[in-house]
Amino acid sequence: MLKAYYHLLLRDLRLALRNRHELANPLIFFVLVVTLFPLAVTPTPDVLQAMAPGVIWVSALLAVLLSLDRLFKQDYDDGSLDQLMLSPNPLMILVLAKVSAHWLLTGLPLVIIAPLLGLFMSLPTEAVSALIYSLLLGTPVLSLVGAIGVSLTVAVNRGGVLLSLIILPLYIPILIFGANAVDVASDGLPVTGQLLFLGAVLALALSLAPLATAVALRITASR
Amino acid sequence: MWNWIQRFSSPKHFYSMSAPLINVFAISALLIGIYGLYLGLFVAPTDYQQGESYRIIFIHVPAAWMSLFIYMVMAISSGIGIIWQIRLADMVAAASAPIGASFAFLALVTGALWGKPMWGAYWVWDARLTSELILLFLYLGYMALQSAIDDQRSADKASGLLAIVGVVNIPIIHYSVEWWNTLHQGATVAKFDKPSMHIDMLIPLMLMALAFKLFYGALVLVRTRNEALYRDRNRRWVRELIEKL
Amino acid sequence: MLEVQSLECVRDDRLLFSDLSFSVAEAEVLQIEGSNGSGKTSLLRILCGLRQAEAGKILWHGESISSNREDFYANMVYIGHLPCIKGDLTVMENVRSLLDTRSLTLTDAQIEVALTKVGLQTYDDVPGKALSSGQRRRILLAFVELSQAKLWVLDEPLTALDVQGVALMESMIIEHREAGGSVIFTTHHGMKLDCNMSSVQLGKKRTV
Repeated sequence: MLKAYYHLLLRDLRLALRNRHELANPLIFFVLVVTLFPLAVTPTPDVLQAMAPGVIWVSALLAVLLSLDRLFKQDYDDGSLDQLMLSPNPLMILVLAKVSAHWLLTGLPLVIIAPLLGLFMSLPTEAVSALIYSLLLGTPVLSLVGAIGVSLTVAVNRGGVLLSLIILPLYIPILIFGANAVDVASDGLPVTGQLLFLGAVLALALSLAPLATAVALRITASR
Repeated sequence: MWNWIQRFSSPKHFYSMSAPLINVFAISALLIGIYGLYLGLFVAPTDYQQGESYRIIFIHVPAAWMSLFIYMVMAISSGIGIIWQIRLADMVAAASAPIGASFAFLALVTGALWGKPMWGAYWVWDARLTSELILLFLYLGYMALQSAIDDQRSADKASGLLAIVGVVNIPIIHYSVEWWNTLHQGATVAKFDKPSMHIDMLIPLMLMALAFKLFYGALVLVRTRNEALYRDRNRRWVRELIEKL
Repeated sequence: MLEVQSLECVRDDRLLFSDLSFSVAEAEVLQIEGSNGSGKTSLLRILCGLRQAEAGKILWHGESISSNREDFYANMVYIGHLPCIKGDLTVMENVRSLLDTRSLTLTDAQIEVALTKVGLQTYDDVPGKALSSGQRRRILLAFVELSQAKLWVLDEPLTALDVQGVALMESMIIEHREAGGSVIFTTHHGMKLDCNMSSVQLGKKRTV
């Protein structure tokens, strides 16, 4: 079972590394969207600093949303998804492998580049560590919950807008607590509570989302 | 037992049994609703803070309750549909969604109308209104997914799973929005909290809630019957019904 | 081995078949016949548990496939219309990742034997995108050969194959049958199999 997880994770990472240009796309999108805000609102550091947590978190959320498509789309189109479902291994484990690969390829790069964006948005240094921790706990949830949405919409033509419609409301708690952690940290206050909440949601998503995704994939295959 | 449930929940059986119930629900909803409105609009005392404008709660609060209640009904019947493959349950879920969305919309509109005299603005980011708005989004997502998938059975199962995921999320969303709201208290002037409501206000409120539930009962029966007819339009029992006309 | 009891399938409001019963024994080759749209693909997807039937049961060694899932999937291999091939992986990696879904770890030598058999001996390092569609189908044949499955479920296995490819498929089925394995397949091309074959006919439409 662990071997099945490891093999599939490795396959997805290898596939992504052979398509490096695609790999960078969500990251560039993330940086680009954040850059738009100083241009659209004002470059005044005070205003930017007040907006920074929300802007960075919303952009990260959208970057993950745009990248969700590649989680199952290719496998669905070429039939590999059927083979995964016909595996003697529990589908949940395979789903977890695919979600892990997705997070390593999108969530983790976002976490790594986030300090740069903190710099762009005049975020005080105390808040940067809160930004990293909150993204580290929050982005896996975005991948896990997103997987449910993609597996429901992967067979729908032009399912992109539909995907955002069904997934964004579910992302709201992560957005609230993630952005607030950064906000509070820039006032120099402790953020343990917010991080604990994000951790709790991560634990919940880790235990339930692969199950829901497996059910959703079976529904999608059954047409 | 199992066979009995299967027979009882067949669309054909449901269709023939449900017709008289519609009138029972609709008429009692109408009577209780009229009485509740009369008590609420004319008998209940004027609020010492809000004057007459508070009377919108007799619509607003039951509508908000119903929007949540119907989402629960949808999730539970979707669960029944997915686990036990009972088609009638899927039909109930699909038939409920637009009703629930309408109640959520009604709660938002009445909330906004109430907000104008209370806060001086039609929309403020109050915790309950925000939660209600997110609930409306959940309904819209459900309906969009339902209509995007051509195969009826997959559409039911897929949107049903979404409803269940939504139900798990609603408490989390509700809690985070409440918490977010207390952080930004400055935005709201007063809260909807009603400390110890007067009994003359409580009775019409409960009557209106009951009337709304009965109204939903009548509507969901009508809509589920239509779903059954539409989905089974190629089956023998529907053809026979049509021939009798 | 596999037993199907009173299966019913509805697709987009159309009843494709109902009360369909048959069984597949060891060393049996079964062809599913029927015109376009008669539900052959749906039937095969139901047989391997990808799709749910409206009614009916599928038993694997006397137990329903959902309760006997692990054993069933370890002994059944399915290939459908889609190639399951990743353009960015080499032929060898493609075969390996298909085998990984079945938790089979084979040596390079074993895989090369199968690739030689399907006529892809010099292709192990070629990426999937450089292959023709017939060659992609041949990778699937190698996968079926290596799958160690007793039951092969093949949906239009001759699609895109040339004359030699068709002959190869035929000989693989005969060999598999002689080794005691079973095959369920559909095809629109004439498959000349030199063995006893049973068939199931789909496509007599009725309303419920």
